[in-house]
Amino acid sequence: MDSVTHQDPATAHAQGEEHAHPTWSTYWKVAVILTLITAFEVWVYYIPAFVASRWFVPVLLAMSAIKFAIVVLFYMHLRYDHRLFRTLFTGPLILAMTTLMALMFLFGHLHLGRA
Amino acid sequence: MSATTSHHYTSTGLDNRKIAIWAFIGSECMLFMSLISTYLIYKGRSLVGPFPHEAWTDPSTGHVFKPILNIPVTSFSTFVLLMSSLAMVLALAAVENRNVPKRTLGDRILGSSKLWLFVTALLGTTFLGCQAYEFTSFVHEGLTLQTNLFGSSFFTLTGFHGAHVTAGVIWLVTLLMIDFKRGLGQDDVLNLDIAALYWHFVDVVWIAIFTLVYLIR
Repeated sequence: MDSVTHQDPATAHAQGEEHAHPTWSTYWKVAVILTLITAFEVWVYYIPAFVASRWFVPVLLAMSAIKFAIVVLFYMHLRYDHRLFRTLFTGPLILAMTTLMALMFLFGHLHLGRA
Repeated sequence: MSATTSHHYTSTGLDNRKIAIWAFIGSECMLFMSLISTYLIYKGRSLVGPFPHEAWTDPSTGHVFKPILNIPVTSFSTFVLLMSSLAMVLALAAVENRNVPKRTLGDRILGSSKLWLFVTALLGTTFLGCQAYEFTSFVHEGLTLQTNLFGSSFFTLTGFHGAHVTAGVIWLVTLLMIDFKRGLGQDDVLNLDIAALYWHFVDVVWIAIFTLVYLIR
């Protein structure tokens, strides 16, 4: 069943709907970057001095966030897709992350700095 | 375009199935974040071992339990899942570019949706094999769902993820069978796109789990 409200491509494009997906070479480059980041994460895991430093957790979280973003933007095409899809994904994600942070504070795993 | 004629468009001009899969993925974000939250809240609060990153001696038996997480195996399975995402986008690109002439052997390989769907399903199955090996070895080493807080939260989180991968593999095999039976064409691009979105989501969840559960001590 077709809906009468189907937009023509020009209108859809103007409103930020789907654009062309990345090329094969982009997909391969993304895979190489993901592999290198994963190798880096595992490498630092085996460096005791780095594990003991205060940079260990932030660096791993940053690497993980970069991988997460790359897959979502390029493989899930969110960079090229309609903004409604971005909203449907980032809205619940932000809500979930906020809840996670709140629970971590509530159960004493995170602490606010004291004056 | 003929591919769009049978689709169900909403007042936004977007196909309702694609809106539905993104809404589903959004809800799955909250499901997995609740499981990850539970794991992180219970982290370091188990009264008895085995523990993920530290050795533990059972005071009643004197038995020494080594740190239980196997980082080399999990790193391999993480790599496998990342490569399965590459294979998935190549399968989707192959169907999208079905009508583009294939002049070289490389073009024919890149343009084979059957090959890339098969590779994706195979890599997904390999990941599940690694998880089955990991779970089995954990149980043999004395960590079960009932052993301690770590065991309960770890098996629940990774088990839920494994169940999602299993559903994804079944979905991929179904698409592969359709491809062999009648070939996937332009009318199937959206169906494959939806399956790919689900598969990549399973991948990004594992990216988070790998760092938060396996690497961060």
